[in-house]
Amino acid sequence: MSFFTHEHHEIRRTAERFVEQHINPHVEQWEREGLFPAHEVFKGLGDLGMLGITKPEEYGGLGLDYSYQVAFAEAIGTCTCGGIPMAIGVQTDMATPALARFGSDELKKEYLAPAIAGDLVACIAVSEPGAGSDVAGIKTTAKRVGDDYVINGQKMWITNGTQGDWACLLANTGDEADRHGNKSLIVVPLDAAGIQRETKLDKLGQRSSDTAIIFLDNVKVPARNLIGQEGKGFSYQMQQFQEERLFLSASILKAMDRVFDDTVEYTRQRNIFGKSVLDNQYVHFTLAELKTELEAARALIYRATEDMLEGRDVTLAASMAKLKTARLSRQLTDVCMQFWGGQGYMWESSPAQFYRDLRLHSIGGGADEVMMQIISKHLGILPGKKK
Amino acid sequence: MKVLVSVKRVVDYNVRIQVKGDGSGVNLDGVKMSMNPFDEIAMEEAVRLKEAGTAEEVIAVTIGGDKAEEQLRSALAFGADRAIHVKVNEEVSPLTAARILKAVFEKEQPGLFLMGKQAIDDDNNQTGQMTSALLGIPQATFAGELKIDGNKATVVREVDAGLETIEVDLPAVVTADLRLNEPRYLKLPDIMKAKRKPVETVSMADLGVEAAPGLTVTKTSPPPARAAGIKVKTVDELVAALKDKGLV
Repeated sequence: MSFFTHEHHEIRRTAERFVEQHINPHVEQWEREGLFPAHEVFKGLGDLGMLGITKPEEYGGLGLDYSYQVAFAEAIGTCTCGGIPMAIGVQTDMATPALARFGSDELKKEYLAPAIAGDLVACIAVSEPGAGSDVAGIKTTAKRVGDDYVINGQKMWITNGTQGDWACLLANTGDEADRHGNKSLIVVPLDAAGIQRETKLDKLGQRSSDTAIIFLDNVKVPARNLIGQEGKGFSYQMQQFQEERLFLSASILKAMDRVFDDTVEYTRQRNIFGKSVLDNQYVHFTLAELKTELEAARALIYRATEDMLEGRDVTLAASMAKLKTARLSRQLTDVCMQFWGGQGYMWESSPAQFYRDLRLHSIGGGADEVMMQIISKHLGILPGKKK
Repeated sequence: MKVLVSVKRVVDYNVRIQVKGDGSGVNLDGVKMSMNPFDEIAMEEAVRLKEAGTAEEVIAVTIGGDKAEEQLRSALAFGADRAIHVKVNEEVSPLTAARILKAVFEKEQPGLFLMGKQAIDDDNNQTGQMTSALLGIPQATFAGELKIDGNKATVVREVDAGLETIEVDLPAVVTADLRLNEPRYLKLPDIMKAKRKPVETVSMADLGVEAAPGLTVTKTSPPPARAAGIKVKTVDELVAALKDKGLV
């Protein structure tokens, strides 16, 4: 790819080496235990300068453009599970972009700098039991009382939620009728009184990544924890979603590469009816087409990245990239598992691992259907909306 | 003390090498290239000497085409202070490399010349020895441990019989073996800072060096594919098979 320079390759190399030596040897255990030590892993990444690639230098970041983050996201995808790359993405591309862009200097010193250093673990608290992809429908409220906000509500499916130190939380701060103009992003320290987050959710996949339901009962946070302006939360969050979607898309490419490569290797040595499974035209033709799809998806991510570098609105391209990679990951892991047969159905085979883990990508970070809605809107084909 | 470290651009160790169809060499088209892993170990050792206060300056040198600058940037990210790029587009034989490195050594006058024991592309394992011979200075090859004390170096060498400890006067050429150290992770800020460090470009002519004649690669071929084994049922059959092959 044209924008990948020597430095991009070096960043990839450091990230891949870190994954290979400090993450992958423990994945089996962490998956079994349902938790990875986020503070330890993030500190290691932070020490190497990997948690603030696109963040401002005055808070410990590198101030680089998003192409470097895409290189990092791809490299971190060499992890043998999906949960840890996603947890890292929450720290770098979901919980922190709005803070970096709109937060006050004081707030950035207190929460962004330690997140970049890997000293604090961050979460993004948007989804609720009644509203996930329908962001405008959230019910959590933050009422201004003196110098504080008093927050009440529940946040659901919060990645890093049981271990996190702070959350970038979306709450209604204004008139309920104005669904898009009544929201604010607030940094909430998760040790604040009134927060309960004991429940670790039991998920189909992404087992090593902890996911919490967080209850907020009259939680007081200082008003200065508001990110940017009151009422702008929805629009900040929509901007922040673009990084989230690009990161998520880029971070599963190598997982798909891994399942693909493992499948070629397995079907090549696995004999059935007197020849290798791979030698059946149905098998190698299907694999050839899947690889073509995978490279096309990769090209779409690079294209979206280029758009971002050139300062264009990437909502359309990032939504397309997310939709494509999520759907492809379901197709690819399902087909590959089929080609493996019984061995692929075993819990620890790579098709089974990513069949479970990547299934989330069609649901989280805006479901496939939300992506299709956004794409339709941009194309001017959404009923009742003319472009 | 100044430490000079030579690094070479080679095919990455993870790449499965493919020989060109006409036997004229190895296919390098679109292949991932990296710093020779033994040179990384040499770089790491040099940077550790600097961090320990034993060395004041670390200088990286490479011989190669335009792209070899990437490996110098990696060396600078490791912590080299500056780099020298001897630009040569042709393949360089060990003796030519040694002549070039001798000239660079004479220009820089380092107290120690570190390099990898061999490059993983041709596995020649000659350049270090030849350089020390041309310079008329001591050599300590296959270093598994290195200690500097004033103008002497104590080197534990990994030799066939085990470990051999020798003491050499400095300046000397020391070549790094696998267990000398474990190279660090390049930190992202260092990778970016390396872009701004100085790289001096020189030609062989600038150094007054001529290529050494006498070595031509006539053919490159892949190792033979492993033949399938056979199963024997009894010890007698095994002995007979071994005798048949002239192995016992």
